[in-house]
Amino acid sequence: MSVPANLRYADSHEWVKMEDDGVIVGVTDYAQSEMGDIVFAELPPVGAEYEKGEGMAVIESVKAVSDIYAPVGGTVIAVNEALVDSPELVNDDCYGDGWLVKLSLPEKVELDELLSPEEYEAQIEA
Amino acid sequence: MPRQNEFPLLMELGAPGRRAYLLPQLDVPARPIDELIPSPYLRSEPAPLPELSELEVVRHYTGLSRRNHGVDVGFYPLGSCTMKYNPKVNEDLAFLPGFASLHPYQPEETVQGALQLMYELEQYLCEIAGLQRATLTPAAGAHGELTGLMLIKAYQEDRGEGHRDEIIIPDSAHGTNPASAAMCGYKVVEVKSNDRGGVCVDALREVVGPQTAGLMLTNPNTLGLFEEDILTISELVHDAGGLLYYDGANANAIMGKCRPGDMGFDVVHFNLHKTFSTPHGGGGPGSGPIVVRESLIPFLPVPVVERREEAAQAGASLEEIPSQFFLDFDRPKSIGKVKGFYGNFLVLVRAYAYIRSMGPEGLRLASEDAVLSANYLMRGLSPFFDLPYDRTCKHEFVISARQQKAEGVTAQDIAKRLLDYGVHAPTVYFPLIVEEALMIEPTETESKAALDAFLEVMFRIAEEAKESPQGLTTAPHHTVVGRLDETQAARHPVVRWQQGTEEGTPNDHR
Amino acid sequence: MGYPYLALTRQERQEMLSAIGATSTADLFSDIPREILLQENLDLPEPLTESELVRHVRKLSDCNISLDTHASFLGAGVYQHLIPRAVYHLANRAEFVTAYTPYQAEISQGVLQATFEYQTLICNLTGMDVANASLYDGATGLAEAALMALAITGGSRVVTFESMHPDYRVVVDTYLRAVDAELVVIPTDQGVADPTALEPFLGKETAAVLIQQPNLFGLLESASEIGARLEGTPTLLVACVNPISLGILQPPAAYGADIVVGDGQPLGNPLAFGGPSFGFMATRQKFIRRMPGRIVGQTQDGEGNRGFVLTLQTREQHIRRQRATSNICTNAAHSMLIGTIYLALLGKEGLREVAIQCAQKAHFTAERISALSGWELLFEGPFYHEFAVQAPVPWPQVNAALLKEGIIGGLPLAKLYPERPEWENALLFCVTEARTADEIEHLLQVLKGVK
Repeated sequence: MSVPANLRYADSHEWVKMEDDGVIVGVTDYAQSEMGDIVFAELPPVGAEYEKGEGMAVIESVKAVSDIYAPVGGTVIAVNEALVDSPELVNDDCYGDGWLVKLSLPEKVELDELLSPEEYEAQIEA
Repeated sequence: MPRQNEFPLLMELGAPGRRAYLLPQLDVPARPIDELIPSPYLRSEPAPLPELSELEVVRHYTGLSRRNHGVDVGFYPLGSCTMKYNPKVNEDLAFLPGFASLHPYQPEETVQGALQLMYELEQYLCEIAGLQRATLTPAAGAHGELTGLMLIKAYQEDRGEGHRDEIIIPDSAHGTNPASAAMCGYKVVEVKSNDRGGVCVDALREVVGPQTAGLMLTNPNTLGLFEEDILTISELVHDAGGLLYYDGANANAIMGKCRPGDMGFDVVHFNLHKTFSTPHGGGGPGSGPIVVRESLIPFLPVPVVERREEAAQAGASLEEIPSQFFLDFDRPKSIGKVKGFYGNFLVLVRAYAYIRSMGPEGLRLASEDAVLSANYLMRGLSPFFDLPYDRTCKHEFVISARQQKAEGVTAQDIAKRLLDYGVHAPTVYFPLIVEEALMIEPTETESKAALDAFLEVMFRIAEEAKESPQGLTTAPHHTVVGRLDETQAARHPVVRWQQGTEEGTPNDHR
Repeated sequence: MGYPYLALTRQERQEMLSAIGATSTADLFSDIPREILLQENLDLPEPLTESELVRHVRKLSDCNISLDTHASFLGAGVYQHLIPRAVYHLANRAEFVTAYTPYQAEISQGVLQATFEYQTLICNLTGMDVANASLYDGATGLAEAALMALAITGGSRVVTFESMHPDYRVVVDTYLRAVDAELVVIPTDQGVADPTALEPFLGKETAAVLIQQPNLFGLLESASEIGARLEGTPTLLVACVNPISLGILQPPAAYGADIVVGDGQPLGNPLAFGGPSFGFMATRQKFIRRMPGRIVGQTQDGEGNRGFVLTLQTREQHIRRQRATSNICTNAAHSMLIGTIYLALLGKEGLREVAIQCAQKAHFTAERISALSGWELLFEGPFYHEFAVQAPVPWPQVNAALLKEGIIGGLPLAKLYPERPEWENALLFCVTEARTADEIEHLLQVLKGVK
């Protein structure tokens, strides 16, 4: 399972990538492989606000549904429109073109609470 | 074996101007249609429908029927679905003109036979359930669940306990249970199973309380196991002020052996299309009557079939006292109506006929044979497959393909390989609490030879899983199409045929 | 004695018991607490052989008056039409009748493809993008549409009119009360909805407006005007329609319907004392994942052969459980198959002709009845194949006189609208293509004589 070193993680299997104007959120390689072929992603409207831990998106495989929780609190500033026609991007490139949502910059304390790559790796191995 | 040639769609057949059915000439004076109905209400073009000859239509649907498995074609051990034989005579009876050609708004005196049949069927179901009254209106099991929960809600509100907003449901339950609870505005509280496959009573104690409106339970449960602690469970729930709902999906195990009412259940639904042998028709129509305890009778949906007092007392026939049955709509505490008219009447006719053919001993023997057959298969399969709960089962049981998974063969692969042997697959991946689950329900209508043949096939598949797993992971090989790509279907839904999209381009997104 | 539907012999039972190490069937039920294990047989009638059963059940059916022998002018949701014989022969093929839900697609291509064809035909009739693979009936279909609209819009109220079938309204109300949503019913004194009466209810709390076209009285609602009023609002337009009428009437998509539902019984299904029939539902592409019920989709196998599967199943109860779009599982697949085969046999021209003949015969009859002394149409305005007339005498007298002559008369509105004394003696007549000119003449003769 790939767990890139430049990202932070939530124990509900989302990853977070820091950018200047906000954070990108997606699901981890572990999560996408557990789900199997992703067939649909239900993304939130731009402008929606979420608290940390709140369900903000849903991804579906043929026979399962998974909630995606906001790994940090924030406002949705962009969603990955490409997933509407190509949900398989989540399987093919979960850390790149298969990203889900971009949130506004969160409180630093919430970022600090996220798992490091090492911590997350330990979690999925357990 | 090569696949059969691609089978055309209805819309790809026929030719403009071709007709399969002609109407009699219009025998009243014809007027231009827009003189009758102003043109803004009319469509400008005829609806785009096919244009075929009768023989083309006949060949098409005969051909489609041959591309389908059914109980009449072969073994159908689909767990939780009770795919027993559907007696032919019951089909004929349902289509008697005196049943099939009745309008629901006909005067009551012209439908007395139909009402009598419903009245008697209700009595039979009450006796089988060990409860007092029933409504025959719900159209399916899930519809019965919704109706039953509405009754529980009305009952709780009526006694000033309307704040109770939780329904407790075991983690092994059918998906319809939580879905029905949600449709009835309830919060769903899940209760864990114990290591014997039953409801964990300690866990139940934790969640039951003054907020509990009721508990939904299937017994035997979806693992095919009887809830040994049922009397404790019902006491716990009743003591807390909740009611017990019996999901009758598995009632084929208990007819004449024990009764939900005696177990403590207050509301019961039966799936007439499972337990009482009415055909499933490719997914419906079914019928899901619910039977209730005294305290819930005032809330039953309208109408209920009643019998005039004097006729009931005299046990008089329709010849002696005509018009003795009637539909009672005047029920002030009723929850209302859950379906148009009075239920799936033609399904009721078939179930009535089944109960009358079997009689009390026949129903008991049916359940005994169903249970015996299931245990026989379970024992026969246990050398080759994991048995997650190794105890006497009722009418169905669950095996796990855990061992085979280690060889790279899943429950799904086994299911697909069974199709090659002319057997419908068991229910797979359910209940959710068993890994790689295969749920098997033989029913009482299969001969020992058929059961032995199934064991033989399963044994062969277990061998194949070890020796040539490739043959399983790519199965089925002998069906009219190979394993179909469900991922593609869900990613890019094509849900109707459109001119010029024969190649399967997805519907345009608006 | 033996039972025809039980397959095991006494000998085989013994063999099977020994194979599993049990001595008697009682062993298999030892997990049932003793205090609830039945010691005696259930109190049910003794079994009948097949011939006895046929005699008994036939006797019951003979106590009913079948519309095969009596000309009927009843409608109001269940309609008698001419049904090609081939419908029964094809739909009742055992492979269709004795199949379960097509979970194993590779051996269920018959049911799946027929359902895909059905979805296409419903879309073609209604003008909508997508259809599901059936609900129980028209009334529950309407209730499901109301719940779907609540879920889509987040509203808490649904609005309809008095001209909507009262039984359908009660079903919707029963469903809505369970989730604490409100059903508002706007009166229709003139038999049709007044679109301006919607004004006070337009707003984001209103999830949907439900109309019936043609409505319970057979009248045509100003659907386009209602559709136009809802345009640009969050409120969805739900149209409940008679599928046969769509042979000539405007498809609901044309007046802006967001969800279309209806009862499929008129499409080749028997009257059946009101059930089973099937409910159809069609909607816009963008709502496909909000739709209740099964949906069949096209796909292919590894060799590129076209095939069909159940799809978008994550909406359904077996996967999404309490968050499913509905609890529906068993639906009305076989009644839907009957409808599909009926449409295949009637075809483009046939369905149009049925719809035209219904309208012609109903208008002819309405004109003749209202020409009788003392009889008049209850409402004005365009109608399709049903109409309400005020009788000059109490309705029971009318229907009793008709029944004596072998005719089942119209539906007394008093039964559906007890709260409307002004409609007390109105009868709702339905005339389809199944009624002959002779039968209509007979009806008129009897009505003329009713005093």
